[in-house]
Amino acid sequence: MTTTKSFADDATTSPNTPIVLLEDVGKSYGNIQALRGVSLSVRQGEITCVLGDNGAGKSTLIKIIAGLHDYTSGRMSVNGEERHFGSPRESLDSGIATVYQDLALAPLMSVWRNFFLGNELTKGPFRQLDAAKMKRIAQEELTKMGISIPDLEQPVGKLSGGQRQCVAIARAIHFGAKVLILDEPTAALGVNQSGVVLKYVVKARDAGIGVIFITHNPHHAYLVGNHFVVLKLGRVALDTHRSEITLEELTTEMAGGSELEALSHELREINPEVVVDDVQKGQEGT
Amino acid sequence: MASTITSPASADDRVSARSLGARLLSRPEIGSLVGAAVILVFFVIAAPPFRDINNTGTILYQAALIGVMAVPVSLLMIGGEFDLSAGVAVTTSGLTAGLFAYQFSLNVWLGVIVALALSLAIGAFNGWLLMRTGLPSFLVTLGTFFILQGLNIAVTRLASGAVASNSISDMDGFGAAKAVFASEFKLGGVTIKIIIVWWIVFVAIAAWVLLKTQIGNWIFAVGGDAAAARAVGVPVKKVKIGLFMAVGFFAWFTGMQLLFVQNGVVQSGEGVGKEFLYIIAAVVGGCLLTGGYGSVVGGAVGALIFGMVQLGVVYAGWNPDWFKAFLGAMLLLATIVNLVVKNRAEAR
Ligand SMILES: Nc1ncnc2c1ncn2[C@@H]1O[C@H](COP(=O)(O)OP(=O)(O)OP(=O)(O)O)[C@@H](O)[C@H]1O
Ligand SMILES: [Mg+2]
Repeated sequence: MTTTKSFADDATTSPNTPIVLLEDVGKSYGNIQALRGVSLSVRQGEITCVLGDNGAGKSTLIKIIAGLHDYTSGRMSVNGEERHFGSPRESLDSGIATVYQDLALAPLMSVWRNFFLGNELTKGPFRQLDAAKMKRIAQEELTKMGISIPDLEQPVGKLSGGQRQCVAIARAIHFGAKVLILDEPTAALGVNQSGVVLKYVVKARDAGIGVIFITHNPHHAYLVGNHFVVLKLGRVALDTHRSEITLEELTTEMAGGSELEALSHELREINPEVVVDDVQKGQEGT
Repeated sequence: MASTITSPASADDRVSARSLGARLLSRPEIGSLVGAAVILVFFVIAAPPFRDINNTGTILYQAALIGVMAVPVSLLMIGGEFDLSAGVAVTTSGLTAGLFAYQFSLNVWLGVIVALALSLAIGAFNGWLLMRTGLPSFLVTLGTFFILQGLNIAVTRLASGAVASNSISDMDGFGAAKAVFASEFKLGGVTIKIIIVWWIVFVAIAAWVLLKTQIGNWIFAVGGDAAAARAVGVPVKKVKIGLFMAVGFFAWFTGMQLLFVQNGVVQSGEGVGKEFLYIIAAVVGGCLLTGGYGSVVGGAVGALIFGMVQLGVVYAGWNPDWFKAFLGAMLLLATIVNLVVKNRAEAR
């Protein structure tokens, strides 16, 4: 991992204007306010890490940028223009590619058809699918990620969870022109593939792409991130640049910050066996 | 460490490339092809008239009557929906063309064009309502099924005062339209109805669209996982509405064949129950009722099986009552085969 450590060394703030800028954005699902007053900027050549507990609103946030949901308050601008994406197509056409947490792959379709779904290559006057070319590109992109799927005709549903994740990531990297959004891309991956993904994220950044990287793993985040945003119950709890925070602080902040400190204090004061007992009783009670 | 990630040595040697035979066996229509072969052999042995080459044209005709509609119904099923109004929509189209041309004393072709517009509109309405409400297509198209069934009879009675449309056989354009939709010709002594030719053309085009074009890719995707398809930019609503409109188009075509083969008269109560025959053809042909998997060629083979069984039972001299029971058994068998296929495909 020594090689990956150096990724962040050249992580400096670029002064350029944000490609995607959220100001005071809110989103409610009926009576659930999933996001409240969230501001975020994604700049070219920067990696913005979004961290937070389960249900904090991370996926909701990226779904707004990806065009899956519209926001209900605030303002989102893409390339300086205020936008309300009506569909993911509009987001894609603005150069934003996304790896969704649930991957967005059709299980019964073959690997190469999934890879190019929505962006199919065609040839000839009848706009016939250029299957050979698509298979070749898909194979190349997957090989670059370090996984080999010998038969691209097999349905995606037959792949392992990690292989599917790689297909989704390779696809987004291939099509992400300006902004690349990754929702917990390393969650199902082994050490090697996680390393490859992190390298790719850095490569994308160096190519001038703005990256939003969502993860539960502060180590992964700190390895590559320029900017950290921690969400808590739909609000921004922390928004800081890498130079202003250490890995330890980030970990603490993610895990609940001061609340965690109080908890560990409590735990230290009482006998561990008793704690286990208490917890079990508490669960039985509810 | 970096070298192990990127080197080609990481190529997985646990998987051997699949042989041509294995690939063939994993095609969705393979089960129906085997079934069709078995049924063919069975009736060739059991029903002597089945061997008569002259009857081949009749069998193909029966198959084509179902097969033309099985084309869009298969596509629709692969796209994750089905249409219970498809049977009566055929009648609606035939009635519209006949009644319109007769009541306004117009050229038959005007009626044909009006019927086409109406059929496409019905399809678009089904698709739009489905996407708008998010209800299952079962409910939406069950509604249109009853609406169309009722309108067919009520409007016909209002316009013609009877249960059938007025004959348009002596009106301008009838001959030309009949030549297009319902003529026949001799091929080596066998009478071939033109709809058989159309059927083959439609199957070829639709199979090409499904497997070789972007639209085809999108049809598989919206049926397999509509949310995933939308997330990568597939216009899910347009694809689904388009599929319902395709059903409308073929309902129009079948309706025109119905109109012109019967000397320009259509019975207003016709078509009820046909929708299930189209669905059976698609399912027997390997289309998954839940969408995302299937083939147009399979749907055609399903229709062929239908034609062979229907006439085979007659040629064998059996009571035609057996036909429906046979059909039901075929459907169950096909569904089970499809289920196994799907589970194998989805298993990790
Ligand atoms: N489609 C929806 N309808 C209603 N509520 C939703 C919907 N999607 C998300 N929510 C709610 O919004 C909140 C935020 O969910 P979100 O998926 O954004 O969390 P997350 O931070 O991505 O969590 P995780 O780390 O588990 O992926 C949750 O309380 C969730 O129940
Ligand atoms: Mg999430």
